[in-house]
Amino acid sequence: MEHVETTDVLVIGGGLAGERCAMEAASAGQDVVILSIVPPRRSHSCAAQGGMQAALGNCLMARGDSPDIHYLDTVRGSDWGVDQEVARIFAEEAPVAVRELAHFGVPWTRLRPGKNTSFIQGRRVELDEPQSKAGLIMQRDFGGTAKWRACYAAAGTGHAVLYAMDSQVIRLGINVRDRMEAVSLIHEGGRCWGAVARCLRTGRHRAFFARATVIATGGYGRIYGQYTTNATINEGTGAAVALDTGIVPLGNMEAIQFHPTGLVPSGILVTEACRGDGGYLLDRKLQRFMVAAEPEKQELASRDVVSRHMMQCMKDGRGVETPFGRHLWLDLRHLGERHLDSKLREVRDICRDFAGLDPAKDLIPVRPTQHYSMGGVRVDKDGQAYGMAGLFAVGEAACWDMHGFNRLGGNSLAETIVAGRIVGRSVSGFAAGSSLSVDTELALGCVRDAEERSRSWLARTGTGPCVYEIRDAIAETMVNKVGIFREGKELQLAVAELWKHLARIDQAVLRSKAPGMNPELSFALRIKGMARLALVTAMGALARTESRGAHFRVDYPLRDDASWLKRTLVRWHRDAAGPEFSYEPVGMIDVPPGERGYGSAARIEMTVPVAEYNSRVAAEQQLQGRHGTSEPTGSRMKWGAATGNKPPHDTVGGMDE
Amino acid sequence: MSKRSGQKRRQLRFEIFRFNPEDPESTPHIQCYRLDETPYLSLYLALNQIREQQDASLQFDFCCRSAICGSCAMMVNGRPLLACRTLTKDLPERIQLHPLPAFALIGDLSVDTGSWFSAMNQRVAAWIHEQHPFDPDAPEEPMNDDLAQAIYEGDRCIECGCCVAGCGIANVKPEFYGAAGLNRIARFMIDPRDRRETCDWFEVVSSEEGVFGCVGLMACQDICPRNLPLLEVHAYLRRRMLAGRRC
Repeated sequence: MEHVETTDVLVIGGGLAGERCAMEAASAGQDVVILSIVPPRRSHSCAAQGGMQAALGNCLMARGDSPDIHYLDTVRGSDWGVDQEVARIFAEEAPVAVRELAHFGVPWTRLRPGKNTSFIQGRRVELDEPQSKAGLIMQRDFGGTAKWRACYAAAGTGHAVLYAMDSQVIRLGINVRDRMEAVSLIHEGGRCWGAVARCLRTGRHRAFFARATVIATGGYGRIYGQYTTNATINEGTGAAVALDTGIVPLGNMEAIQFHPTGLVPSGILVTEACRGDGGYLLDRKLQRFMVAAEPEKQELASRDVVSRHMMQCMKDGRGVETPFGRHLWLDLRHLGERHLDSKLREVRDICRDFAGLDPAKDLIPVRPTQHYSMGGVRVDKDGQAYGMAGLFAVGEAACWDMHGFNRLGGNSLAETIVAGRIVGRSVSGFAAGSSLSVDTELALGCVRDAEERSRSWLARTGTGPCVYEIRDAIAETMVNKVGIFREGKELQLAVAELWKHLARIDQAVLRSKAPGMNPELSFALRIKGMARLALVTAMGALARTESRGAHFRVDYPLRDDASWLKRTLVRWHRDAAGPEFSYEPVGMIDVPPGERGYGSAARIEMTVPVAEYNSRVAAEQQLQGRHGTSEPTGSRMKWGAATGNKPPHDTVGGMDE
Repeated sequence: MSKRSGQKRRQLRFEIFRFNPEDPESTPHIQCYRLDETPYLSLYLALNQIREQQDASLQFDFCCRSAICGSCAMMVNGRPLLACRTLTKDLPERIQLHPLPAFALIGDLSVDTGSWFSAMNQRVAAWIHEQHPFDPDAPEEPMNDDLAQAIYEGDRCIECGCCVAGCGIANVKPEFYGAAGLNRIARFMIDPRDRRETCDWFEVVSSEEGVFGCVGLMACQDICPRNLPLLEVHAYLRRRMLAGRRC
């Protein structure tokens, strides 16, 4: 039994979503183990800079804000790709989540009464904040939102929130195992029983047998290699082990967000708060191009829209040419030293350290860079993975799905905490209601399989390709052919190339046979999963013959609500040669598809009435493997509350279960 | 850059500490690698190039590669630095890399800072000891923004371990909290949401493991990659403790 540990709840991933979920389960009395590939405080959550969206409505520019408006912004931002009920649940709970973090010690920037200088749509304005709101949590502007809503701690919001959350995990005595990587799920007959983990100190394997298992491993941005803002650890390992089960589907993998302002050439994130606080995007002649492109929102349209305008601007010859490729400028000089040193100090640090410049005096070279994975392990509103009992997913690793085809800035940090709370409750309820009969043979069998995979890598000899070379080839294919502007022929080429890269992995040979964790072996054990994720991303993009949010097809430039108001699902059955795609309705519709208020307004209209669409949702999702949820589909919707539309009466209330 | 392209490119000589505790045949030694310097070459890029092109067994830790996660601290020519933001152009041709001292070695340049900080945070109970339970229906308690920013200042520590590695005391006395631990304590002391009083902190802070264990070399202040005001932190804690066990 020395290779098998047991626990009530196993959380794979020690970032914000995983820790908040673990905390909820531990507070309910469950034994919880967190596996984390790095010490939790080094998780990529710490890199979130600008803010966390929650409709607190404290400052003048946030006045009148409400969960209704946050919900509407989120649906519009997603280009109607979200599950609207999930977006509603999220918007309602976000303010409580932010206040709870204040309780846990997050030093939120607070409202300063009196004159506050700001830049709005290129104009300097003085906002006279009332004494009555002094000291409440402050908000700043972000893209695609009707109100100032992003709560923040300078430009280190993710860091501050992660440290507060991890302090609670330490306080609760949760068993955190760092440098442990889940390499496969233990499952049998559609029931998940934990995971096999590989120790990144020793290279040894161990089974964690659990009543409930949660995937919280973040995104898969590293399939774009160095062309991402993501940390080196965001390799999609959680999505990959879910795909490996052959049963659990991944949702909307082609929905990849490019952030407008990745620093050139390193690709490090420069927060959207720079533009929220009044920063400009400039072309090589130092002209603001976003004013003409988006007269209403200007630099603060949604990320997909701004990124496309930037790419077009560079295609039109207005970019700055450098040995590291083309870029545009981000201008913060007018914000002043005091603002940069207080509210954007981390941006100033990053510019100094990685570009040798000072944003108070210099322009910042930026270009759109892969940033966020809207897709992930497909789960229902309780966080349960489709097709597998006892398996949950939360945060960026999941496709819950409150982001659809474009996530709004500040909504991801908010998702980690809100979803962590909700999924944590559902996980502990599930664990409490299920018995644990440890099947040592099943667990040890999975350990042996994992050990065998390591052994077979080490046993390979010859002159095959190196795993890093394949990684780079995958990245080149993804960034050149599955990027911001996508096109059928290019995507076909991408799929063909990715099949070749995938096949070459079987010929790859390790350069080092060193015992222990062996960094090359550690990476080799992930590369096939990454190649598969890249392939299903490209295939999903090829199949989706429309443009929605971040998925833009030059050959199908319109959003097509007649044919594509649906979510892509992909499974890779065991022993199957390739993936299998299917589709489901996005969820019940309360806000009918319409204009976003930025980007192109042209689209193909829905052909079926909303009520009819809604009537099919529950049954069609169940066919795709959705379990029964704690409450029926649509039960948390506040029909018509945000739109003033009459509720479609035949869709109110329960449709299933 | 174009001005410099006429100059001869440097060839860098990396002298790297190697030891794999999982390999019975491995002994601690220094291994040399050569690398042609390219513009804007950082130690992050350089070490990955060495691993991917010369020696696949080399162990080191990088994560965010943007100087905010604290994973990659190492001794660079005898000084603890964040490797990801260190450019080779600021270093001589001969670059000696060692793992941080004072932390358990995992292998080569990789050390176990995670366990050290987790244990320290447990020992000083580094979490908010709140005044009352959370009320989900209540608005947040107001806080003056200057105070919020002062708390944030201390909260900015990324637990990279540079201050511990560079500390004469922490290197010989494993139980010493180090500047990072003392900074963490001060952060909670000034936070009005925390109910602990001076007398609650007294045993933690005034012991030899705490602020009176420090002999005032203050390398931590010079080294801290976040420029935390560690000198002020030490002074603040001593002042508070000199006020005694009053409660």
